[in-house]
Amino acid sequence: MKELICIVCPKGCHLKVDEENGYAVTGNGCPRGAEYGKNELRNPTRMLTSTVCIEGGIYPRLPVKTSRAIPKGMLFQAMDEIAKVRLTAPVHCGQVLIENLLGTGADLVASRDMAAHK
Amino acid sequence: MYDLIVVGGGPAGLAAACKAWEDGVRKVLVLERDKELGGILNQCIHSGFGLQRFKEELTGPEYAGRYIQMLRKTGVEVKLDSMVLQILPGKDGAPHQVHAINGQDGYMVLETKAIVLAMGCRERTRGAISIPGERGSGIFTAGAAQRYLNMEGYMVGRRVVILGSGDIGLIMARRMTLEGAKVLACVELMPYSGGLTRNIVQCLQDFDIPLYLSHTITDIKGHDRVEQVTVSQVGPDRRPVPGTEMVFDCDTVLLSVGLIPENELTRQAGIGMDRRTNGAVVYENMETGIPGIFACGNVVHVHDLVDYVSAESERAGAAAAAYVQGTEAQGPVLELAAGDGVSYTVPQHVRTESLAKPAEVFFRVNRVTQAAEILATDAAGKTIARFKREHMAPGEMERVALPPQLLKLAQGPLTLSIREV
Repeated sequence: MKELICIVCPKGCHLKVDEENGYAVTGNGCPRGAEYGKNELRNPTRMLTSTVCIEGGIYPRLPVKTSRAIPKGMLFQAMDEIAKVRLTAPVHCGQVLIENLLGTGADLVASRDMAAHK
Repeated sequence: MYDLIVVGGGPAGLAAACKAWEDGVRKVLVLERDKELGGILNQCIHSGFGLQRFKEELTGPEYAGRYIQMLRKTGVEVKLDSMVLQILPGKDGAPHQVHAINGQDGYMVLETKAIVLAMGCRERTRGAISIPGERGSGIFTAGAAQRYLNMEGYMVGRRVVILGSGDIGLIMARRMTLEGAKVLACVELMPYSGGLTRNIVQCLQDFDIPLYLSHTITDIKGHDRVEQVTVSQVGPDRRPVPGTEMVFDCDTVLLSVGLIPENELTRQAGIGMDRRTNGAVVYENMETGIPGIFACGNVVHVHDLVDYVSAESERAGAAAAAYVQGTEAQGPVLELAAGDGVSYTVPQHVRTESLAKPAEVFFRVNRVTQAAEILATDAAGKTIARFKREHMAPGEMERVALPPQLLKLAQGPLTLSIREV
């Protein structure tokens, strides 16, 4: 039995998930909570956001994000890959910087425009 | 002469300017003191913005980018690197004056029919909460550290204690951890967190960072750089309890202890202020006590979702447009008051006869409740509206919509309160 707090809505239900009984969820106020509890134990995923080095822009860092949530256990590995990226402005919001990051199926993309700075 | 000058190019200013343009105002100027538009969103690189406004989950820079794109499609004039020094309200319908300065234009005295104040807020500092101890380097407000890390590219420390569990502090706990720092503790004076539940889960629990509720920092050691922090439990009176001290060896302290609306210009202009919000007193259309001067976003009251800032600012932009076009909101004023369990209301005044739609009232509660009701009670003791809530907390802004037909019947002041059921 694993206890967690549901984050689907602000109510914050205290869920109990029974791993041995098909991930049955109790304590949830709605069906979305049951789904959250199940996914959170079977395959927890997170959006990862960070920054990469960029030259020639208005700032020396460019914000980036994964195009979709990646497995929670891979966050630090992904950070190591992100640390290797070196860019030169201009970059466009949504531009793919690393395709299929660590085989997760998610791309690393720029999350803002950064023009070349005079 | 301008029709509308917007002070601040963050989410509030952008939304107000776009809306005023959309409603037909053509001589609009946005004054922004930073070197680009977008305000605080540019450093909020995490996602979770825009679920209400755009129905998708965006990062802060992406959310700002959407509005900057929208603004670029208009003819709204923008001056960056420009600091507004003073606002002089015009008397008896004369134009208002905005005094501003920048490197290109020098000192400017600009005249305008209407003004939208959208200066946002700034962080409470160590001085504001009087933490004892030495004054070594390594003590930052969480937002300052966020800007250093996410925009300027500086790592502010390696072993971190965070005071306050506001959202920026929680977000920085995760961010510092991902960048290789060790976050030893998040310490909160109150018995509940000031941040959103999802941030407690995704920023602290995901990384096994302990949250100490009813605790505070009672000493900081380190002459040149922070070396050690003492954390003590506090009693119900919020005073430290002797004998409960814990010592953390760390080099950095981040403060996430609240935000203060930045209202120097507002006060100086003689605009009526609300002591509870630290923002201007506003009417239902976000107009301040001075006709033609409007305010929106965190300069009025601190929001927890930018989506609500955009919505509020669009109302301010629409009202400013109506004012410029000659429609002044008038009529009897119904005062709103904060009763039991309610810290403040925005707006504080409603002109019931100018309402075409229900009046949206925002407020914060001052205690955590489970099943409870929000009551709107008039001076005659009559409850004109009640709203059920399954959960309320001070960290989450509440909203109710009061229909005009009910408000017109109410005898002022109308008090909002909460009651457990």
